[in-house]
Amino acid sequence: MIHARKQTMAALVALGALLALTSLMVGRVWIPFHAWGDPSDPLWPIVLELRLPRTLLAVVVGAALGMAGAAMQGFTRNPLADPGTLGVSSMAALGAVGTLYFGAGAQASWVIAVCAMAGALIAVLALMGLAGAASSAVTFILAGVILQTVAGAGVALALSLAPDPWAVTEIVDWLMGSLTDRSLGEFSLAAPLVAAGLALLLSTGRSLDALTLGEDGARSLGVDMGALRWTLAAGVALTAGASVAVTGVIGFVGLIVPHLLRPLVGAQPSRLLLPSALGGAVLVLAADILVRLTPGGSEVKLGVAMTVLGGPFFFALLISMRRRIA
Amino acid sequence: MSLAAEGLRLRLGGKPVLDGVDAALVPGQVTAVLGPNGAGKSTLLACLAGLRRPDAGGVRLDGAPLASLAARARARRIGYLPQSAETAWPIEARILVGLGRTPYIGARGLSAEDARTIDEALAAAGAADLADRIVTTLSGGERARVLIARALAGQPDWLLADEPLTGLDPGHQLDAADLFRKLAHEQGRGVVVTLHDLSLAARMADRVLVMAQGRILSDGAPAQALSPEVLARAYGIEAQVRAGAAGPLIEVVGRAPPGGA
Repeated sequence: MIHARKQTMAALVALGALLALTSLMVGRVWIPFHAWGDPSDPLWPIVLELRLPRTLLAVVVGAALGMAGAAMQGFTRNPLADPGTLGVSSMAALGAVGTLYFGAGAQASWVIAVCAMAGALIAVLALMGLAGAASSAVTFILAGVILQTVAGAGVALALSLAPDPWAVTEIVDWLMGSLTDRSLGEFSLAAPLVAAGLALLLSTGRSLDALTLGEDGARSLGVDMGALRWTLAAGVALTAGASVAVTGVIGFVGLIVPHLLRPLVGAQPSRLLLPSALGGAVLVLAADILVRLTPGGSEVKLGVAMTVLGGPFFFALLISMRRRIA
Repeated sequence: MSLAAEGLRLRLGGKPVLDGVDAALVPGQVTAVLGPNGAGKSTLLACLAGLRRPDAGGVRLDGAPLASLAARARARRIGYLPQSAETAWPIEARILVGLGRTPYIGARGLSAEDARTIDEALAAAGAADLADRIVTTLSGGERARVLIARALAGQPDWLLADEPLTGLDPGHQLDAADLFRKLAHEQGRGVVVTLHDLSLAARMADRVLVMAQGRILSDGAPAQALSPEVLARAYGIEAQVRAGAAGPLIEVVGRAPPGGA
């Protein structure tokens, strides 16, 4: 079997570039090329202050979620794992929501990012702890269910204690991720954190490959499982946590992308990491363009759109896995 | 070259799993570790592979404590085949065998020399024709060969295999047993396997260690170490041992009478 990894990555880069350009043009106001380079054009602020941050964030968040999903699937040896399905994004959102209750001073964006990443880190460590030494695919999924429940309860509590309607809106915004009305400030906050996270996750490739042979098999090949756990936890916390902090919960990216790319680049976990980042950026860019084109008064939230898309995909994946096992 | 367990003791959940195990293993030999379920065979193997740290005692590799060796260095000397025989992803057999090179490769990935070693390992395990197959589609016998090739790709001096013959039909069991003998006798590796099949152990092993309740009951050549008395004490069975064409034949008559032996 020959995998076209290089060609796939080249195609994803080209597609991503094309979508990024489209993303700068498309929206309630159509902005043609000639308006881009001309600061005197009245459409210029829309490109610079609305479309550009939105496009850059789509790339950063998509890459973060795509690679986090691929890495988590490699670690758990389970194609259903992703920051969304295992509750990491929900716990990050809970961390972000928590800042609403620390007082007005805690609403600085870096505080929100730190709290979201802390929530994500706690989630990954809890997943590993709950799954324990006998970490099978099933125990990870069950641990994810527990985390989702805990995060859901926490958010429900935050909603019921919300001091004012403004806080309620804020909380709901985090639960339904979106890229609207973001600024370059949010991009420059998230980008370095995500970049660091991506670097950490990329460094786990060889160890994730060895885990194909199970934990004992990997350890017998010299893989330090303790170091791998911490690197992966930090990488997922940085990527998924920083993403949630700036855009809220956008699910299923890390689930869909590695699954679609596996037949093209091979199932070896290390070979899937970088293509999944590229594929994640492409998917989020495309989805964000689509939500802008929805007819009607208000835009569909990106997180909701991804869930509508991802839910049936999740079902189909489960059914195909069931058939393979049976 | 030597690999030796010295006074290994290990308790798991308050229960002693290894209760003072001493065994000096010899290269160029197949050593079979036998014993009833829960006797501590797998735990002993995991300790010898450096995957489990005993509460007391230790393992020495060429006289030096195994625990003092870095994980990568240890992985180059000792190959280990876990009982689970897990192959999580649908990857080609050649890529799976390539995982055996993990303790050697740096940032640049597999070299041409690594690729040659992988081909040699596939050939040595009789799996050359499987190189391009997807591992999750292999039969049990095929997968066993590929996994043995994976261990050989690391060019270890010692090969420790936890129940490598379980789940194979008699023909493939014999093939795998012959392969282990070849690795020991022709290539001078130290091969240690845990087994449940007594006659197969008697046939393939140069030396057997019979364990029960975390201790070694009997240690020696199969014809001496597998006596009816030892089998009665270890397994609680009544067995007759006869000389066969290919080593001792063990016929299990039935459960040993309680309080007997």
